[in-house]
Amino acid sequence: MNLESLYMGLRLKSPLVASASPLSDKLDNIKRMEDAGAGAVVLYSLFEEQIRREREALHYYLLHGTESYAEALTYFPEPVTYHASPDQYLELIRKAREAVDIPIIASLNGTTLGGWTRFAQNMAQAGAHALELNVYYIPTDPYLSGAAVEQTYLDILAAVKGVVDIPIAMKLSPYFSNMAYMARRLDETGANALVLFNRFYQPDINIETLEVTPNVVLSTSADLRLPLTWIGILYGRVRASLALTSGVHTGEDAVKAILAGASAVCMTSALLRNGIEYIRTVESGLRAWMEKHEYESVQQMRGAVSQMHAEDPSAFERVQYMRAISEYKPTV
Amino acid sequence: MTEYITLDGNEAVAKIAYKLSEVIAIYPITPSSPMGEWADEWASLEEPNLWGVVPQVVEMQSEGGAAGAIHGALQAGALATTFTASQGLLLMIPNMYKIAGELTPTVFHIASRAIAAQALSIFGDHQDVMAVRQTGWAMLSSNSVQEAHDMALIAHAATLKARIPFLHFFDGFRTSHEVQKIALISEDVMRAMVNEELIAAHRARALSPDHPVIRGTAQNPDTYFQARETVNPFYAACPQIVQETMDQFAALTGRQYKLYEYYGALDADRVIVIMGSGAETVHETIDYLNARGEKLGVLKVRLFRPFAVELFTAALPKTVRAIAVLDRTKEAGSAGEPLYLDVVNALYEAWEGALPRVVGGRYGLSSKEFTPAMVKAVYENLAQPKPKNHFTVGILDDVSHTSLDFDPEFSVEPETTVRALFYGLGADGTVGANKNSIKIIGENTDNYAQGYFVYDSKKSGSMTISHLRFGKSPIRSTYLVTKANFVACHQPNFLERYDILRDAVEGGTFLLNTPYGPEEVWDRLPRRVQEQIIAKRLKFYVIDAYKVAAENGMKGRINTVMQVCFFAIAGVLPRDEAIAQIKHAIEKTYGKKGEEIVQMNLRAVDSTLERLYEVRVPERVTSTIELLPPLVGNPPEFVRKVLGEMTARRGDLLPVGVFPVDGTYPTGTTKYEKRNLALEIPVWEPDICIQCGKCAMVCPHAVIRIKAYQPELLASAPPTFKATDAKDAEWRGMKYTIQVSPEDCTGCGICVDVCPAKSKSAANLRAINMRPQPPLRESERANWEFFLSLPEVDRSLIKVTSIRQQQAQQPLFEFSGACSGCGETPYIKLATQLFGDRMIVANATGCSSIYGGNMPTTPWTTNAEGYGPAWSNSLFEDNAEFGFGIRVAIDQHVAYARYLLSQLSSELGDLAREILEADQRDEAGIYAQRERVKTLKARLQTLDRPEARRLLPVADYLVKKTVWLIGGDGWAYDIGFGGLDHVLSSGRNVKVLVLDTEVYSNTGGQASKATPRSAVAKFAAGGKPTAKKDLGMIAMSYGNIYVARVAMGGRDEQTLRAFIEAEAYDGPALIIAYSHCIAHGINMMTAMRNQKAAVDSGQWLLYRYNPERAAHGENPLQLDSRAPKLPVKTYLQMENRFKMLELSKPEVARALFEEAQRDVNTRYALYEYLASRPVTVGNGSH
Repeated sequence: MNLESLYMGLRLKSPLVASASPLSDKLDNIKRMEDAGAGAVVLYSLFEEQIRREREALHYYLLHGTESYAEALTYFPEPVTYHASPDQYLELIRKAREAVDIPIIASLNGTTLGGWTRFAQNMAQAGAHALELNVYYIPTDPYLSGAAVEQTYLDILAAVKGVVDIPIAMKLSPYFSNMAYMARRLDETGANALVLFNRFYQPDINIETLEVTPNVVLSTSADLRLPLTWIGILYGRVRASLALTSGVHTGEDAVKAILAGASAVCMTSALLRNGIEYIRTVESGLRAWMEKHEYESVQQMRGAVSQMHAEDPSAFERVQYMRAISEYKPTV
Repeated sequence: MTEYITLDGNEAVAKIAYKLSEVIAIYPITPSSPMGEWADEWASLEEPNLWGVVPQVVEMQSEGGAAGAIHGALQAGALATTFTASQGLLLMIPNMYKIAGELTPTVFHIASRAIAAQALSIFGDHQDVMAVRQTGWAMLSSNSVQEAHDMALIAHAATLKARIPFLHFFDGFRTSHEVQKIALISEDVMRAMVNEELIAAHRARALSPDHPVIRGTAQNPDTYFQARETVNPFYAACPQIVQETMDQFAALTGRQYKLYEYYGALDADRVIVIMGSGAETVHETIDYLNARGEKLGVLKVRLFRPFAVELFTAALPKTVRAIAVLDRTKEAGSAGEPLYLDVVNALYEAWEGALPRVVGGRYGLSSKEFTPAMVKAVYENLAQPKPKNHFTVGILDDVSHTSLDFDPEFSVEPETTVRALFYGLGADGTVGANKNSIKIIGENTDNYAQGYFVYDSKKSGSMTISHLRFGKSPIRSTYLVTKANFVACHQPNFLERYDILRDAVEGGTFLLNTPYGPEEVWDRLPRRVQEQIIAKRLKFYVIDAYKVAAENGMKGRINTVMQVCFFAIAGVLPRDEAIAQIKHAIEKTYGKKGEEIVQMNLRAVDSTLERLYEVRVPERVTSTIELLPPLVGNPPEFVRKVLGEMTARRGDLLPVGVFPVDGTYPTGTTKYEKRNLALEIPVWEPDICIQCGKCAMVCPHAVIRIKAYQPELLASAPPTFKATDAKDAEWRGMKYTIQVSPEDCTGCGICVDVCPAKSKSAANLRAINMRPQPPLRESERANWEFFLSLPEVDRSLIKVTSIRQQQAQQPLFEFSGACSGCGETPYIKLATQLFGDRMIVANATGCSSIYGGNMPTTPWTTNAEGYGPAWSNSLFEDNAEFGFGIRVAIDQHVAYARYLLSQLSSELGDLAREILEADQRDEAGIYAQRERVKTLKARLQTLDRPEARRLLPVADYLVKKTVWLIGGDGWAYDIGFGGLDHVLSSGRNVKVLVLDTEVYSNTGGQASKATPRSAVAKFAAGGKPTAKKDLGMIAMSYGNIYVARVAMGGRDEQTLRAFIEAEAYDGPALIIAYSHCIAHGINMMTAMRNQKAAVDSGQWLLYRYNPERAAHGENPLQLDSRAPKLPVKTYLQMENRFKMLELSKPEVARALFEEAQRDVNTRYALYEYLASRPVTVGNGSH
């Protein structure tokens, strides 16, 4: 049985990819991911904004109160070098490259064009096999048009493509007026892969303290549906590889993702919840299904139930939605 | 080729000492701490010494410990050094005798400083080094930064040859902190100077089991004397050795020094003999006066011990008729100061012919200015037929009339020197920018450059004054700039408070940072400023630096902006070149901190030039704005005339006669200052408030007050005074107000952060919110005054265990000069609320002694009846013993008073019995006793018995007194631990409050044994590898000590309970209080969250150990922390002191963070076990 998958030009031994999460900030964990059967590892996201703020904060607080009072002109020793987060990140890329054989995909979350290109270059130089650009952008300006937002994505991609040669994956949110149009434009601009979809952090409200609180909610299999739909629709219509992320928790979920057309099946919540070795469990489920249904390779499966190849292509569209609603029978 | 660098004296010395040492023992003390900090930092960066190995840099628990460690290292054959000053040097004396007695080569580098006498002073003079002149050490003095660098090497080289240990000293602050451009000594020169064979000889003398000897024996009357005399030949040879070393140094560097270096007219009739930085000013003044026909000279004494009588005498011109010997020290009761006596003796022994007249004088104590005007006065005194002897110069002595008059306007500064003054606000980066400017000018032009910086005695809202000089000739002016051709005021409101343009010369330039543009600014200036600008024909420029800085993301740091302005208009360098250099310096300075920081500053440079405007100066003064008085609120005469002048920065002009003779000052004086530091102040919303009292409790400056009072008192309230119904059931029917003192608030915002009450309709509105101060100042000032006029809540009716009631107690510690958002002061304030009216405080030296006792004003205050804490600071190391002594004395007074009272029982009847049997466990009991004692004192006046007369002075002790020993972790964990341990073990009723900031905060954040594992601190630049000492556990091991560990931000009610229990416990009590600190690299406004995270993560364990519980069969230990629920790493990452390690040494950080988690787990398990053990009464176990 051949699990190999070609994802944005990278030959993966398995389509199961350990997606960006805090788990990948330790080299040991990356090794465990490889041992558990991951086809590739996407490192945790490097947040440009966070780096900038961290540096500014460090600079500010290390200087705070200095040169004011004769006995305490400073409060800290001055280190000659700061290994600011990017240095550590680049070091991690280098070490991971040495430690494992599977591709290492660096993940970058930027806020300025300059930041995107600078860190992308650094990551490529450090040896990343590919880059995942996580355009985590929530426009809140009521005067900013959708077209302008879309153009931002394209500009970032073009800028990064202009300075690095390694493959670039765009991790996207589903919130575009026309996802297919956006996918085509990114494809044309040179994206080597589209990663669908980013799960936006949505803060919660603490009703006791009346505070907005950060609250990361892990995905469930139910979250698979949205990316599954769009992978299915886009498969065969874009040159870029497709990766499905959000909601892959079982072998069956992985099967669905591949059938819809995904070259890479990314997992985060499942590993955070069940541990890194859980990749093995999902792989077993995938294998079991393939065996039962007599598939020889992942290649054979991919896109088998995409819109292009589904028996009923309209199942992915509005027609099917109306049917689903009309056939729904409440149980109470 | 000689390399020139700009640095300060401490760094110049440390560079040599580090290279030439194998063992360096360090301990922080101002102004020498930076030498130890450099050594630690270089070692953490694995910088090798001259022989290729990184020296061992070890922090000790005290200077005494450092001296002991050095003694040991020397005995084991290492090249060893240490750095210290002042009290630190005094603690080294016993070892210094030993080291000298054993003829052991070493160098101690001293940034010489005043000694605490009637008051502590951190500033420079020679009292410390003069206190060790009898120890048998060679003493080598440096007069400037260059000399300190050079003489450090000469000392290290000479000691090996002489075998006599060397004390190398230079003036604290004036030299240790002055930034100068100097020629750097290369390693080749060091290598050529230090003789390897002498090192081998030193090693051969080491203690070793391979060639064993014993040293440190005891000798008896038969031999001690003779043995003591054996060293004489070494002392006789030493001066020649030093001179040879100086000559060798001259051959290598071209800089020739003499042991006794004469400068001036070869046929001089008058000569000043002097040591230290003052010699430079004399040198400069002689050039000026001799050029005008005088015949003057100066003899600079470099080698003070061994004092080479012949060489000294030979160095004087034969023509001299009168000599003034200037000592920067004071020896009350002596026949004269030490250098003076040595000179008299030398001339007596070795001068041939008629002896010149010799007079001695004191100058420059505690960095008192020593100027050319004073030098001139000294020479003029010598020209008198009967010159004044034992004079002082630089002060006005209207008591003993020792002082020489001088003309303050006299100046010798050459016109070719650019002299600049910069008035900055502590946190705005002014000093840093000026240091940077000196580097730019010093290292990129052929100009010489000098920078000296004057700081404030307050830690919050402080003013800094930078004194800069640039010029083509070497700068010898070791005094402040008073004829400035450039004056910059970086903080607009200084103009209202200080005479900023006093020192500007005619035709000079004035740069002002102001929000007002060139068209509007004139009308905003005080009248005095307008007058000076016109009269002195100043060129006047303005910039809105805060705006430019803010636009470039620089949060109030206007350093770069103001630096650009200086270069743009001062004309020291061509503008374009200067800008290019600033940009280069920015890249160099901030490069390692990240591209963002560099870009931010570079953008600021460009936007500054567009916003700098010259103001067209009108011809007429139009302003009616007057300078603000230094003190307000009708202070007593002494406070107004003495402390007020100090506040106005005119303390130098106060004569001797106005000062108390014994260092005693009134309390309750900060309230007159009204520093108006806060840009925003808290504003209370009565409708949202739940009256919990937390805002008042955490307020570090005691500006938030609570009162409950009768409604009718509101009749005369100002119109904007806020009041609401008191919510507390026991205060039903009363009105309730939370009032802020608008002019004392520092604007830290902690109160807002801890406020738990939120508006029901807008969650961002709390019961207390920060609002701009200026529009509120007038109305809130009136409200504050009205609030103060309301009666205090009756103390005997307050339920002290309830924060909401307890916080209505009047704080007797208010408006201190502590940092905005200080984590220590809320604890002190709490203690004064609870017990202040019967409290005596022994305060260890440190932050709390500075914000508590640094002149001019003190936050310790009294209540309406005049009762309040009495406070004193003895030393750093002895605070426990000092407080203990106070306790013992009070106990004795009580015993004596009770004895006398019982003797008078027949006369006094029930009153005596009631007093003797009084129950003073609560406020009501104490109040009743106070009333009884008042009656007693009245009755005693009428009794004609000796017992009555004896009882009267001690009768007040019959009211319970509480003795508090307050200090930081440096005191309690390190330098004072031995004493603290002893005092706690004594069983005496002392209350110890340890304000644990986990570093030596006052001296700039050096590691102590309280520093937690993985924290980056000075002296632990590589992250502290060991765990924090568990002081509480050590104290608990005695079994009879009340011990509590508290964190107000963790659980405030536990803090309150601990204070009450500790005080109530009839025995020793120890409270270890987590005190967040500016040295943690945190946002001070949200610092209480850090405290909470420290508690939630288990990093800071809360508990109370009450021996009284054991007596009742209960486990004395109550664990007040729940099981840790937050990963320690999450807490550590909230504070830059830990985060820094992640960024500088990520692998070390990871390992230490993991160990920190293990520490927490282990400690919690241990305490949980101890707290849950069953207790058996009667067999002594608990």
